[in-house]
Amino acid sequence: MKLQRWIQSVKNQIALIVGILIAAAYGWQWLGGVPIVMRGLLLVASILGIAPIFVQAYQALKVKVISIDLLVTIAVIGAFIIGEFNESAIVTFLFLFGSYLEQRTLRKTRESIRSLSEMAPQTAQVLNVDGTITEVAVDEVTIGAQILVKAGAQVPVDGQVTRGRAYVNEASITGEAQLVAKEIGDAVYSGTLVDNGTLTVMAAKVGDDTTFAQIVELVEEAQDSKSSAEKFIDRFATYYTPAVLGLAVIIGLMTHDFKLAITILVLGCPGALVIGAPVSIVAGIGNGAKNGVLIKGGEVVNTMAGIDTVVFDKTGTLTKGDTAVSHVKFYTPAQREVLARTAAVEAQSDHPLGKAISRYAGEQGLHDLPTVTHIETLKGLGVQAVIDGQTIRVGRAKLMTDAGLQLTDEQAATVTKNQIAGQSTVLVAVEQQIVLIIGIADTVKPEAKTAIASLKKNGIKQLVMLTGDNEQAANAIAHEVGITEFHANLLPAEKVDFIQDYQAQGQKVAFIGDGINDSPALALANIGIAMGSGTDVAIETSDIVLMRSTLSEVVYADYLAKATARNTVQNIVIAVGTVVLLLLGLILGYVQMASGMFVHEISILAVIFNAMRLMRFKIR
Amino acid sequence: MAKLVMQLDELSCPSCMQKIQAGVSQQTGVESVKVLFNASKVKAEYDALVTDPEQLTQVVTDLGYNVQSFKVK
Repeated sequence: MKLQRWIQSVKNQIALIVGILIAAAYGWQWLGGVPIVMRGLLLVASILGIAPIFVQAYQALKVKVISIDLLVTIAVIGAFIIGEFNESAIVTFLFLFGSYLEQRTLRKTRESIRSLSEMAPQTAQVLNVDGTITEVAVDEVTIGAQILVKAGAQVPVDGQVTRGRAYVNEASITGEAQLVAKEIGDAVYSGTLVDNGTLTVMAAKVGDDTTFAQIVELVEEAQDSKSSAEKFIDRFATYYTPAVLGLAVIIGLMTHDFKLAITILVLGCPGALVIGAPVSIVAGIGNGAKNGVLIKGGEVVNTMAGIDTVVFDKTGTLTKGDTAVSHVKFYTPAQREVLARTAAVEAQSDHPLGKAISRYAGEQGLHDLPTVTHIETLKGLGVQAVIDGQTIRVGRAKLMTDAGLQLTDEQAATVTKNQIAGQSTVLVAVEQQIVLIIGIADTVKPEAKTAIASLKKNGIKQLVMLTGDNEQAANAIAHEVGITEFHANLLPAEKVDFIQDYQAQGQKVAFIGDGINDSPALALANIGIAMGSGTDVAIETSDIVLMRSTLSEVVYADYLAKATARNTVQNIVIAVGTVVLLLLGLILGYVQMASGMFVHEISILAVIFNAMRLMRFKIR
Repeated sequence: MAKLVMQLDELSCPSCMQKIQAGVSQQTGVESVKVLFNASKVKAEYDALVTDPEQLTQVVTDLGYNVQSFKVK
């Protein structure tokens, strides 16, 4: 066992020695030395070279796997028996050297992800009650512990700033190297870097639960989650290797051509076929991860590349979702009380409009909010709750009319006026009386217009905006970003219907959204793309996560998926082409064992180098 | 059902994956095995009453792959 492991560990050195021995043997021949020495050198080279390959073959056989190593081992022993020492030596050398190069180049394609996981912090400076500091491994930090993070250090946990202020580089999470100011109460993430200043952070999530650890895990899983094509190749390879072995035996028995039989063994190594597609996917997903686009696997890449319809949610996707209250109109003298109650209800919600209202109330100096009971979210309509025994409804006009409330002419006019201005309207009713109308404005993301144009240019045929908002607000936004088709006043379930309709017409649909009520649409669409700033649920149900929550990333994902899919096809062509070429060569008698192995190794390197081009992929 | 995650030295041949997959899943008490080729990780779900992490890492080591570290979740 120890010997086996030792042989494995010096595999690369063995390759080097075998190479030198072969060179020496041919050098000797060239100098005109006696042939017996050359044969001796090649004999030693063969024996040395086959050792690690044999060990690998043996270990695989023990768990009932017929591996390529076994094919090569049999071939080399065969060549050895018929006295073709030069062939056997060269084949082992090429095989070992090839796997060394494979290892080196594969390392490169995995670099993006490795650099990501290596960024993970290891220890945390835990601040004790008595003011002393203990260094603790990140996995062992208790939730609620106070962690000290100094300038130049990494934040080791997800949590909230409890003391100090600092500028933090969040590139590890968002892919964007921009300094973000953090103050008391702000959320900070594990893996981000404090650029200057000192923070004390209360740990909320530690170890594998942190956002950063989850990103790493997601990307790691994604790289190895296979597309159906890859799964097919895998299954194929499982049967392929034993089949080649069988074929060689049959041909050997039929033709009595021992040399032909062992040549088939070498040529039959699946090589580039097995590695071709996965290596493209790894490079593509790695590139995405580095640029804030998390793609969850090979299948997603292929599906994304075939998307022809992109459906956007409006709020938080095309618009900033960073809404602000633009005006309020009260229909009651108890203005502050009503506003406080509204804010209390909305404080329970993470809807963008709710956040805007909470923030507005805060700005008005309302911090002591009344207690809310019996809170109930009516998806797409609003919220209903009870405060001090009175029913409060906060939501769209439809929520009010559904509850049997009547809007006065003046109130209806205010709602219409807001709509025309492209603003969202939130109505508040206490019991059966409408007491407040709030106008909330949202702004379009600055990159939206160019992003939409780029998607059109890259072959997306249909772009659609769906929103729960009213017609006028939708029209204003759609017009601004350059989308011609939009559907307003939709409930979450109706958004799903639209996607189903498109799919029924044979279209491949990507849906882009963020909020909690988008999850069904995200799950149903061929590709669900979630904005990273959205809720956890949305990120889980989606296929692609955009860490920076920008529309430029949608464009990036689209172009990258297409480039990766193209690259995969190129690699499959290279791999299959090599096999065809070798077969032709074999039939025509041009290909020997050693030259066959050489072509194989070249094809493996060719697919890896081709995939590496994806690592440098950028949108021109 | 316990979950074991092993970090291996860099894996570079797809056939290694097959070997590890087969080797670990043939152990009694192992429910599912996933070899992450690119991350060079092995994730296994196993019955803690039947087998233990030491035994499973030993299988991988015996196959000729060095286990750098492992974590039980």
